[in-house]
Amino acid sequence: MRGENVALGAAGLAAFLALGEAVPRLGLVKEAYFPPTSRIAEALADEVGDAAFWSALGDTLTGWALGLAIAVCAGVVAGVVVSVVPYLREATASTIEFLRPIPSVALIPLAVLLYGTELKSVLLLVVYASFWQVLIQTLYGVQDVDPVAEETARSYGLGTWARVRHVLWPTALPYVMTGVRLAAAVALILAITAELVIGAPGLGRQIAVAQTSQAVPEMYALIVVAGLLGLLINIGARTVERRALAWHQSVRGEVAV
Amino acid sequence: MIGRFLAQLFFVVALPVVLVAAWWAASDGSTDPFWPPLRTILDTFPDVWTADRLRTDVVPSILRLLGGYALAAVVGVALGTVIGSYRRVRAVCEPVLEFLRAVPPPVLVPVIMLFAGIGDTMKIVVIASGCVWPILLNTVEGVRAVDSVMLETARSYGVAGIARLRHLVLRSASPQIFAGLRQALSIGIILMVISEMFTANNGIGFTVVQFQRSFAIPDMWTGILVLGLLGFLLSAVFRLVERRVLGWYHGLRATTRRP
Repeated sequence: MRGENVALGAAGLAAFLALGEAVPRLGLVKEAYFPPTSRIAEALADEVGDAAFWSALGDTLTGWALGLAIAVCAGVVAGVVVSVVPYLREATASTIEFLRPIPSVALIPLAVLLYGTELKSVLLLVVYASFWQVLIQTLYGVQDVDPVAEETARSYGLGTWARVRHVLWPTALPYVMTGVRLAAAVALILAITAELVIGAPGLGRQIAVAQTSQAVPEMYALIVVAGLLGLLINIGARTVERRALAWHQSVRGEVAV
Repeated sequence: MIGRFLAQLFFVVALPVVLVAAWWAASDGSTDPFWPPLRTILDTFPDVWTADRLRTDVVPSILRLLGGYALAAVVGVALGTVIGSYRRVRAVCEPVLEFLRAVPPPVLVPVIMLFAGIGDTMKIVVIASGCVWPILLNTVEGVRAVDSVMLETARSYGVAGIARLRHLVLRSASPQIFAGLRQALSIGIILMVISEMFTANNGIGFTVVQFQRSFAIPDMWTGILVLGLLGFLLSAVFRLVERRVLGWYHGLRATTRRP
């Protein structure tokens, strides 16, 4: 059944690519708007041979990784502190609920004024957007701690730090990992958006440049790269999640079945 | 009772008050042009966001958002139900859907500009094309997870067609569908703002960028506040709707959790 699924999936992908080739060739859409798959593949091959492409990819990945790392550290630390200190959770709940839905792109004008097209602009947006994903998941995770385990640890005389390390963290980790996976995807979206709109160096800016210079196949090639990057990040985040939680019921159960 | 209520009220209000006060105090003597005093921002607010501007900028933005979001919801739930119901269709579509979902939605703005020009259609299509993926994929997951015993029961009672879809499949998938709708809402707001920042002659995103380009900094800050308020209000409305529609589900979960 697994082999059949892979075969069906490959067939679906092939059909998708063939459709991309056929639709413009048959004149259903203008080739100037939507070039056939082969033209996009050609443009992609050209891009791969171009040093500017690789430096743009590097810039995008730098913004993504740095922003994500800051957001994850800040989110986890803030989440644990807010949960552990008495009353802090009640006191911060309304503020978090208010700040979280603020769209990060609202900060674009501010980022432009403060940092122009520097990496810092990208980081401001990426960190703001992905911080909430991690924070909220950490808060949920800490809330899920078994009160009996907590009381047991307390009665054995474990200190605050030991309880955080041995009781709270293992319970919260699956939630935190989900948060990191969501944040990784959001961070890529915001990194590319910042480059696209603000003009910070990276794949997003290359796409904007291709669009304004009417290089349509190149634009599609870069969008394909952005999609593949998103795909790789998703797969990578899932793999990390599975490794980090190898001991956890949800993952062990998956393997056993 | 009243004491409990007051304590709760205190917890809700305390930190926001402290933060706003801190912002007010820290920025009060500010001469940094990019960080104007909060007093100035709030003074500017009523002058900028007049009833006239609400009509010419805020309403069009919200209409575009709702249009694109509704389109994405209809398409996402319909396609997701079809894909989720048939195992083979799902196997064929899965890799393509995974790829399409992984494409960061904002890069679609230049593509859709090619096809749809720079008018409202473009913005609605951009919003819909970004929002549709979380809804679609969550619907697929939800439909796939419909209890097989219930499906068999429905079949043996002769419940089929629309009735089966409405009372069983969509109902039991609705918590998942709402999770997708929630994710789509924040993507929708992002795309609304970005599509207006690219090319537009009205809308909140357009206005905020205009302020920034003309160095009307306090005005720009009020725009950021408006976008924040809008995001907050929409998510509050969403929560209300969700609580109404999924009331049965949350009730069910609460009773199973407390045996």
